[in-house]
Amino acid sequence: MSDQKKVNRRDFIYTASTVVGVVGVGAAAWPLIDQMNPDASVKALATTEVDVSLVKPGQSITVLWRGKPVFIKRRTENEITEAKAVSLTELKHPEKDEDRASNPEWLVMLGVCTHLGCVPLADKGDYNGWFCPCHGSHYDTSGRIRKGPAPTNLEIPKYEFVNSNTIKIG
Amino acid sequence: MSEHNYQPKSKFGKWFNDRLPLLTLANHLTDYPTPKNLNYWWTFGGILTFCLITQIITGLVLAMHYIAHADLAFSSVEHIMRDVNYGWLIRYIHANGASMFFLAVYIHIFRSLFYGSYKSPREIIWILGIMIYLLMMAAAFMGYVLPWGQMSFWGATVITNLFSAIPLVGESITTWLWGGYSVDNPTLTRFFTLHYLIPFLILGLVVLHIWALHVPGNNNPIGIDIKKPSKDTVSFHPYIVVKDLFALLLFLILFAFFVFYSPNVLGHADNYIEANPLVTPAHIVPEWYLLPFYAILRSIPDKLMGVIAMLSAILILAALPWLDTSKIRSAVFRPLYKQFYWILVLDVLILGYVGAMPAEGLYLLIARIGTAYYFAHFLIILPILGKVEKTLPLPMSISEPILGGSLNAEPARSKENSQKL
Repeated sequence: MSDQKKVNRRDFIYTASTVVGVVGVGAAAWPLIDQMNPDASVKALATTEVDVSLVKPGQSITVLWRGKPVFIKRRTENEITEAKAVSLTELKHPEKDEDRASNPEWLVMLGVCTHLGCVPLADKGDYNGWFCPCHGSHYDTSGRIRKGPAPTNLEIPKYEFVNSNTIKIG
Repeated sequence: MSEHNYQPKSKFGKWFNDRLPLLTLANHLTDYPTPKNLNYWWTFGGILTFCLITQIITGLVLAMHYIAHADLAFSSVEHIMRDVNYGWLIRYIHANGASMFFLAVYIHIFRSLFYGSYKSPREIIWILGIMIYLLMMAAAFMGYVLPWGQMSFWGATVITNLFSAIPLVGESITTWLWGGYSVDNPTLTRFFTLHYLIPFLILGLVVLHIWALHVPGNNNPIGIDIKKPSKDTVSFHPYIVVKDLFALLLFLILFAFFVFYSPNVLGHADNYIEANPLVTPAHIVPEWYLLPFYAILRSIPDKLMGVIAMLSAILILAALPWLDTSKIRSAVFRPLYKQFYWILVLDVLILGYVGAMPAEGLYLLIARIGTAYYFAHFLIILPILGKVEKTLPLPMSISEPILGGSLNAEPARSKENSQKL
């Protein structure tokens, strides 16, 4: 037993020095890894303000935010009714239309397919909403996934109406 | 590594070789005993070495003129095509060279599959080969992004988004890969750096691949062990060198045909449109050599499972030496395996075809059947086949069939089974 304790002391030093070494190498490696994350100049472009006064019902505009397209759609009465009429049990990713568009007339969402990042095409597909040409995902008039490989609904970014004509995204 | 007692003839050679045995290495490579029955499918190792060197040299030259910046990359490639002396030639060799590289590597891989070159004692050669193949795909993908055309941009978007399928950390990993919130300038510059680095990593793995090959020596079309050196072998130089060079010349005819007569036939017209993050091309298709895996990705209706299936399709190859339970290497003596082999070849070609087609209707159904069969081949057919297949008698040595000796079944077979397998 006492013999083993002597060995354990040496083991402890061995283990402790290995741990210190690993932590040291890890600390030295972190800047080399983190440098690949978004830099200050990329983060600085994190908000965009958009004037939507010229968008008429049924029209939609696409703006660039953080290098990604954002769809701003002014929906018609029909489209709103259609979106609200869908029962949640039919949805792959159940979300109420009210939760996606707090002002039902305006739908603001990332124009990035949640499958593999293509830009869906407007007014196409089986649900009168968007259709992704890459791998065939269909979205409805609320931007919810209805058919195809995409796992979730089109993402709603953080946005707010600064005044009745201007939307601030981000 | 049998002839370590090599002595250089000149005094200086001996002095140098005692300090750094490069001449011993050169002598080993020249005298390396090679099975004399190797057929032309065995010339693709040399052809692949040529392809790698060609890509490195043309790539080095292109890097002198290319500018890795989102605003300048597209026009710098056009500058190479129009202004740089012979720039068109060098770029077309590099772009088509990638396709030729993959063509050769697929033949090389399928040769291994047919003749059982991945089996004991060559598992490490095989796994190193799979690692080289993976790095080749990474290099080809990143190289395709550099011209910053529409296919470059959207191909990069789709492939990097594969990582977002990873639960919990997927989004962070994707952002980290991009250096932003989408594919943009930071992505381009790091892809350029890695595209420059990877060929040298491949070169290092190729050295290990050849080193591991020279330990047991080459497999051969009959797939039996040989004594080396013996009357079953010839020296690598001049016999194999000259044969490899002749095969390379034939290969270069095909290479030159693409470079000079249809340099863009393997590419996509969309890549001559500058990258636009607001418009996705109507039909995104990867380069031809990635199509079978793309078909597997799209055949699974779930994002994470699709990505897992696609990666498994490649990584399953690394487990092949243990999935194939047959002790007989060459398909020549495996009548059933030979048929399944050709079905697999057909299956991969069909997957490649449907990978280029829209993922809907009949194409999707075919892709699903093809994917299921691909995995069944490796996970069900091969393990069972090795146990139940009645193989043909193996010859005593490779000289026997060549020199017209009789294929005396019983003694040869029992000898093989007891001694070597």
